[in-house]
Amino acid sequence: MSNKLIDLQHITKAFDGNVVLDDLNLYIRENEFLTLLGPSGCGKTTTLRIMGGFETPDQGRVIFDGADITSLAPNKRQLNTVFQKYALFTHMTVADNIAFGLRIRKKTDAYIKDKIKYALKLVNLEGFENRTPDSLSGGQQQRIAIARAIVNEPKVLLLDEPLGALDLKLRQDMQYELIRLKNELGITFIYVTHDQEEALTMSDTIVVMNQGYIQQIGTPEDIYNEPQNAFVADFIGDSNIVNGMMIQDKLVEIFGVKYDCVDTGFGTNKPVDVVIRPEDVELISLPEDAQQGSEEYQNIVSRIMQFNHGFFEGTVSHIIFKGMHYEMEVQARGFEWLVLSTRMFPVGTRVLMSVDPFNIQIMHKPESEDEKAVSMDPEA
Amino acid sequence: MRKILSRIYLVFIFILLYAPIAVLIILSFNNSRTRAKWGGWTLSWYASMFRDDVIMAALGNTLLIAVLSALIATILGLMASISLLAMKRKNRNIVLSLLNIPMLNAEIVTGISLMLIFIAFGQFLSRWGYMIEFGFGTVLIGHITFNIPYTVLSIMPKLRQINISTYEAALDLGASRWLAFRKVIIPDIMPGVLSGFMLAFTLSLDDFVITHFTKGPGFDTLSTKIYTEVRKGIKPEMYALSTLLFVSVLILLLIFGRGRKKQQGALIIP
Amino acid sequence: MKKKWRIWLDGPYLIWTAAFIIIPLLMIVYFGLTDKTGAFTWSNILQMGTPERLKALFLSLLLSLIATAICLLMAYPLALILNNMKAGATGFITTIFIIPMWMNSLLRILAWQTLLERNGVINQLLGMMHLPKLYIINTPYAIALGMIYDFLPFMLLPIYNALQKIDVNVVNAAYDLGANRFQTFWKVIFPLSLPGVISGITMVFVPALTTFVISDFLGGSKVLLIGNVIEQQFTQVGNWNVGSGLSLVLMIFILISMAIMQHYDKDTGESTTTL
Repeated sequence: MSNKLIDLQHITKAFDGNVVLDDLNLYIRENEFLTLLGPSGCGKTTTLRIMGGFETPDQGRVIFDGADITSLAPNKRQLNTVFQKYALFTHMTVADNIAFGLRIRKKTDAYIKDKIKYALKLVNLEGFENRTPDSLSGGQQQRIAIARAIVNEPKVLLLDEPLGALDLKLRQDMQYELIRLKNELGITFIYVTHDQEEALTMSDTIVVMNQGYIQQIGTPEDIYNEPQNAFVADFIGDSNIVNGMMIQDKLVEIFGVKYDCVDTGFGTNKPVDVVIRPEDVELISLPEDAQQGSEEYQNIVSRIMQFNHGFFEGTVSHIIFKGMHYEMEVQARGFEWLVLSTRMFPVGTRVLMSVDPFNIQIMHKPESEDEKAVSMDPEA
Repeated sequence: MRKILSRIYLVFIFILLYAPIAVLIILSFNNSRTRAKWGGWTLSWYASMFRDDVIMAALGNTLLIAVLSALIATILGLMASISLLAMKRKNRNIVLSLLNIPMLNAEIVTGISLMLIFIAFGQFLSRWGYMIEFGFGTVLIGHITFNIPYTVLSIMPKLRQINISTYEAALDLGASRWLAFRKVIIPDIMPGVLSGFMLAFTLSLDDFVITHFTKGPGFDTLSTKIYTEVRKGIKPEMYALSTLLFVSVLILLLIFGRGRKKQQGALIIP
Repeated sequence: MKKKWRIWLDGPYLIWTAAFIIIPLLMIVYFGLTDKTGAFTWSNILQMGTPERLKALFLSLLLSLIATAICLLMAYPLALILNNMKAGATGFITTIFIIPMWMNSLLRILAWQTLLERNGVINQLLGMMHLPKLYIINTPYAIALGMIYDFLPFMLLPIYNALQKIDVNVVNAAYDLGANRFQTFWKVIFPLSLPGVISGITMVFVPALTTFVISDFLGGSKVLLIGNVIEQQFTQVGNWNVGSGLSLVLMIFILISMAIMQHYDKDTGESTTTL
């Protein structure tokens, strides 16, 4: 797990003067499930194609197992790719598709026959040898594409949005299937997707990319719980990202209210971005007639103060039932908070909002121009 | 190395394709009645061609036949395309293979077969004292016949692409059937109709074989005129006229072709 | 109700097709199998048996096969080169191949006379470079050249279209699985372009086999192709029965070539329209 299998050093790539990757550095360890995650145009597919050998970087080197393979042709590399939309050979049967790489390597017929059988079994498509790709469903074609790649026993399997064309249910099934395959084969998977859920489900390591830069590298838990900047926070799951002021270590002020938090080292009186996940906002409803300053009101406040320091008062402005939970919008201090809760608060309910100090994530404000760009809405 | 080789190859093909064109353009400026001799440069053929009644009549016939046959073929093709879309698969395949006949068959066979039907029909009518005269009408019928398949092939793909929901949406929003057809369907298929018309026009303009067998004596298009002149020598005015037509088409292509997608450009192939 | 409007829409086309495509073809069969009095006979078809006509038929087959083969050999690399170009360049280059077609086709073939003559443009250029001269005008070689020139675009465009349809990632997948350039071409690119190759072959072979204009212009009066033989029967001799009989023989060869192509087209598992 410690070995650097692939090492991308100072990779820069531009298409027609458009810089797609800018001084990218990334290493991939042996036997890792690594996902390149980001919105379209972030450079993730280009990174994968550079590893596969379909693009040559303008600058930088690709080191594979200690050897420089930057300008090695794709057919000489010890890695195989599962392409977007499968790229099966439509003029061949399933068996011929799978045998393609083995025949190129002049393996014996008996060996090839065994391998086809083994690969089809591995992807749960036994008996499909003589079918043509056209006669298969999208999910089946995807499995054949995977089988075709893995029979060559590559050290690394590159997967370029392989589930993008499948419908939701099938996509979820295939996610588990891919994890199982990876464990059975014991090889490195490098996976490209724009689907954060897919990335969180399958990966050992996630690399979040935007506009040619790596935003954050970490485990799915790290990425979700400790986003390093507003872009990551916004791209992974839903977030409330608000302006704040770091008063001192472990104390942040949001909209004039001081909140306890656990972050340190930001200095004193420093403007910061504050990320609060919608499921981390705790709501307590106020009785309609509870006036600020009344006894009833004070009771509720003191109950909150036992656990958290700060709170806002707000009003529920919108609610949608989402099956497992309710998704609500709460107007408070001129900001529209997104809140998830298993309890229902009807529209118009006055609520007090508080957050566990542990669930308040503090981030530096973007400084350079590049980082500013990064904090833009990923949908844009 | 590969790049240099492919460049050289492209240039070779380019020369092969354009050498005859260059020859014809140069001949149109040749101050000599025969193409065998170079007599220096002149523009006189470009003036005298307009005074040559025979050439002007042939030009008139060619253009009239091209416009009319393209127009009628486009209308028939559009009607056929719409009904093809509504047909059962089996019937549609039969009609589509009928369409293929004039495209795949040899032109000489199509020409001969049309000639024979006109003769036979003429003999049939002669019993009542009527007759069929070979000329404008027969040539026009011939051109429409070989043009129809190309118009259908241009229109069909556009018709298939139509999202019937947009038509239904128009009805849903209160449009009458005819209004919905005019406002929703027509704009969608118009590019296909236009390229079908252009294709038919071009094919008709350049046709020789079908015209040759259906024209009868005394009626000529530019192509048949050239064919009969070959033995005695082509009039230099013919080079001048063809060069003029070629250049006008080129200019039209440059003006209209700019914004076009290359796919549509590829359709303007005679 | 619904049926009614359909009849008005496809009625004119179907009547037109019957009157000017189906019945005329049946007329050829009728004239080809009857004599002047209308009695059944095989003699029109047997007219193909004269040595002169057999020679013309054989030469037509030979020249059209050669022209088709050379067109394929020339057009395929060309289509590959065009396909590898950037999208913008391709549009421009494709236009370059289409523009010549806007010059009258008879004149374009005729221009080869001027180019190929004993003292024509090519021989003058060769003379200037002190190279041996080329005397092919009025020979079958000149006819083959004319066919190649005239029909090359018909081979190029279907192949080019077929290549354009190939997903870049399918080609990449072949490299990815270890195939070199050569293997990728023969195992993936060429098989996937076969539908284009086949329609290209049909679109060149049939017109080349049946042409009478190219042989008229570039073969002089010395070389006769089967197209010339049939054309003369109709326009000079005026014997429609013999002309139809000979046409029937020619149609058999056209049908055979189409059947062969259909067979290979099915093998590739993909149907293509001829355009």
